[in-house]
Amino acid sequence: MAKASSETKAVARGRKAGKPQLGLFEEGQAPAAPAAVVTESEAPAAEAAPAAKSAPARRVTAETMATKQRDISVAEFFVKNRHLLGFDNPSKALLTTIKEAVDNSLDACEEAGILPDLLIEVRDLALDAGSGELTKGEGRFVVVVQDNGPGIVKAQVPKIFGKLLYGSKFHRLKQSRGQQGIGISAAAMYGQLTTGKPVRVTSRVGKRKDAHVFDIQLDTRKNEPVVTHDDTLTEWHQEHGTRVELEIVANWQQGQRFVNRYVEHTALANPHAAIRYTRPVGAAQRTSASTPGNESLVFPRATNELPKEALEIKPHPHGVELGALMLAAAESKSHDVRGFLQTTFSRVSSQAAEEILAKVPWGKKATRPRLLASNRTMAEELHKAIAATKLMNPPTNCLSPIGDELMRKGLVSFLSVIESEGDSGDESTQLDLDSAGMKKKPGKAVKAAAPAPEAMPAVPDAPAEEGVEKIKGHNYFIATVTRPPKVYRGNPFQVEVGLAYGGSWPADKTIELFRFANRVPLLFQRGACGITEGIVSTDWRNYLLSQPKGSLPVGPMALLVHIASVWVPFTSESKEAVAHYPDILKEIQLAAQECGRKLATFIRKKKAADYQAQRRSIFELYIEEVAAAIGKITDRKPGPIKREFLKVAHQVTMAEEEEGRAQDESRDAKPKARRAAETEEE
Amino acid sequence: MAPRKDAVSKKTVAKIEKLAEGVLKAVAGGKNPSLDIPVRSLANVKWSDKRRLVELGSQKQKRYFFNVSMAKKFMQTFLVSEACKELIDSGKTTSIRDLYYVTKHTIGDTKQNTFEEQDESDPIIEDLEVTVDALREELHLFAARKGSMVGPITIVDTGDTIDLRRMGSGGWAVPSIVEENIITFKKHEAKYVLLIEKDAVWTRFNEDKFWKRNSCIIVQGGGQPPRGVRRLVQRLHSELKLPVYVLVDNDPWGFYIYSVMKQGSINLAYESMRMAVPDARFVGLSSFDKDKYQLPGNVSIKMDDGDNNRAKQMLAYPWFRHAKWQKEIQEMVRSGLKFELEALSRRGISFITEEYVPKKLKDKDWLE
Repeated sequence: MAKASSETKAVARGRKAGKPQLGLFEEGQAPAAPAAVVTESEAPAAEAAPAAKSAPARRVTAETMATKQRDISVAEFFVKNRHLLGFDNPSKALLTTIKEAVDNSLDACEEAGILPDLLIEVRDLALDAGSGELTKGEGRFVVVVQDNGPGIVKAQVPKIFGKLLYGSKFHRLKQSRGQQGIGISAAAMYGQLTTGKPVRVTSRVGKRKDAHVFDIQLDTRKNEPVVTHDDTLTEWHQEHGTRVELEIVANWQQGQRFVNRYVEHTALANPHAAIRYTRPVGAAQRTSASTPGNESLVFPRATNELPKEALEIKPHPHGVELGALMLAAAESKSHDVRGFLQTTFSRVSSQAAEEILAKVPWGKKATRPRLLASNRTMAEELHKAIAATKLMNPPTNCLSPIGDELMRKGLVSFLSVIESEGDSGDESTQLDLDSAGMKKKPGKAVKAAAPAPEAMPAVPDAPAEEGVEKIKGHNYFIATVTRPPKVYRGNPFQVEVGLAYGGSWPADKTIELFRFANRVPLLFQRGACGITEGIVSTDWRNYLLSQPKGSLPVGPMALLVHIASVWVPFTSESKEAVAHYPDILKEIQLAAQECGRKLATFIRKKKAADYQAQRRSIFELYIEEVAAAIGKITDRKPGPIKREFLKVAHQVTMAEEEEGRAQDESRDAKPKARRAAETEEE
Repeated sequence: MAPRKDAVSKKTVAKIEKLAEGVLKAVAGGKNPSLDIPVRSLANVKWSDKRRLVELGSQKQKRYFFNVSMAKKFMQTFLVSEACKELIDSGKTTSIRDLYYVTKHTIGDTKQNTFEEQDESDPIIEDLEVTVDALREELHLFAARKGSMVGPITIVDTGDTIDLRRMGSGGWAVPSIVEENIITFKKHEAKYVLLIEKDAVWTRFNEDKFWKRNSCIIVQGGGQPPRGVRRLVQRLHSELKLPVYVLVDNDPWGFYIYSVMKQGSINLAYESMRMAVPDARFVGLSSFDKDKYQLPGNVSIKMDDGDNNRAKQMLAYPWFRHAKWQKEIQEMVRSGLKFELEALSRRGISFITEEYVPKKLKDKDWLE
């Protein structure tokens, strides 16, 4: 691949497609522009006030300034602006480093069709050196991420890890975790900046090939990799795969809860992956079972089924902006506009192209696409014609949702891991999965388990209800919804929602919202995220949860929301929050409503069953008393009286249960009508 | 061996048994058993112009057993019924507090009690009274007792003949149950009955032998008279044809005591017939007495907001619609002052017995 040209193209395309974050790089390429503005604006100012004695004297001339104006490399830019990539502080940097490496590993495995076996390891160097205690605050840490993926060919390794904006995923429309090719090299750069140590990469592409080990540094001035160590390993325990080791300055104390959460949630959204997670444990927190210095958590694979392969697609014409259309026309190799439309975009058949061309004044004669690039009016006419033409939605085989069944499996396995965490974690504060962000503290989990039977009294011998999973003694109701694919700005996307209700989630707190984009957990900026808005703006009171105005609902529930798209619109380059596109928000709401209806049905049934059980027990208690009293008054034996009462009790409760069921059904009928309305709206 | 039951008791027991049999019949027929309980609330109370009484209306409420919100009360009703039947059978009477303890126990192996507080059992007793149409006294229950009486009359109380002319300074304590089967009247020379609000004022009347000089029976109920006192006064009035005069403080509370004695109370509207004396007369203290008997301003008490509201409510009572009463209450509201009976002592310690009441009765200066 011609690197330089592709990069220019990337930038140009990025700008035209309205991706502002890439626009930042252009500053370096057009240094003259701001300078010119300065000189121009200063000149008239000087003329306008020549009499004023206080007029400031010129400090420098345009020529002097010009000597200081030069290229800024992407790498230099990010050295100064590392927060844009998620390296704001040492605790967040730790997570970002792990996240970038894990994203790459999972993407590679999926693309190659390999069931991922991941190893994530964090080592505290001070602890390893024998201090026996965890580093308090900032310190040196080693992060290791290893996969069983296809490996990376020797020649590409340095560029992938030692050059920003180098990658395979930017130029295609296909669902993947990574997008720009910045992440892992930025992590390497961060490590280099903070510790001076290069990133170490071990990779092997197959059984018959040797594994290679590289130490790679980044030349920030040139944005080029520098290999400081290159060796061949004849023996490596993996047949194929990649191992990345980074030494960074991090804050484990503060950052661990994010890492823990990230790993848990990654396991939840990727039920096809097996993850072994090793983390440092201080002497004080260590349980007898864990190996000295660190301990491992294993998230087993919940399914042996790989996610559906996401296919690459061409852009859909409805999402193309005018500038992008002109640019594409300029690059087209087609002879006429009709051919250009058909080859460049998806879902434009010859018939559709004809329809579009019928709407422009020049549509009758064959026009060279290059003409469009230079003639703005014609391009605009074509752009309008495209928008006015009905086209098939973009193909959705480019999307790979988790799917209802796997979402359920993921939730079940996720809940089992955190439930057992809670059980074993009594003495170990280290197992405390997160002190601030999450409620699944071991201590709390035990506490929360106490009110649980009250909220969901286990009806003994009750037949297993649909959707209810018993996990480590707690009953969870699990419902999942996968929406059909939809389009925003020509990009296909798909929303999935899964919920786990009951169990040991606390009933008096707001629900846990787990956000995912292309199977990557989003842990920060919850309030700024479109997913949060979609859930908040859904009226959960319809689904029998309480909901304070303008906030998440309250109840014993965890809610998983996943957006799969060929291009997830993040609000920033650190991929922490999804932008508020109305099309996406609406899909989230519809999915939440669909899931909510399932939940409401469950809660209603549960309540009715609880109520009936309670009723029956009340009557049984009182029958005893009434029979005794009436027996005494009428001088009869209480036994037969009691039997008569019980007979009536049975009849009465049966009849009322039926009545209740009829009411339930009529209540269900209403949402059905509403559902129909929703479908129509779509 | 249970003592022989009198006719009243036999009738009451039969009523309770009928109630239980009705439930058995419903259950045997596969029906949800229920009780018809007359509603004892303001909505079901009306003022009868003809009888000049507060009466219970005809609204009834069904209490089902197989209804989560009614089951407990249904059960409690039968616990109380059973306890009352046993009381009647054994010829004993007891207080309603006692009955609460008798019927209170833990249900099965739960932590639930049949009754948690006496507040729960008292209304059930009232429910039973109206349902089987038996007085509390007929169920062998009594409320707290207070009140005393003296006068030129001889009575028989459960077989003991008592001369109420020789009761010393304390007088005869009026029991809670004063039905014919307990108390009967013998010889008397009384011309009327004087019901006095307070014990202290009654003591003055007794010490001054007011009843001897004026041939009357003096009774006090310690504030709002209890059922026993009201029932006894009602019997004296209806059986011996004695007029009843009421002497209370000049304040809304005093007027209310008179009003309850005269027409019955809302809470016990179902017993008005047996408790109220529509002909009872109010002799004082009137709002106009402060001028008529030259009471100095410094013996008055300022009315507070509660008093004012109460007084204004009374203006709307149907039995205070008479122009004289309207004037009386309006004067109280206007002046914003209230007077206790003791204020009359400013004119001399025995002014009330020697001058005030005799003058009032002589001048027929009363309200009806």
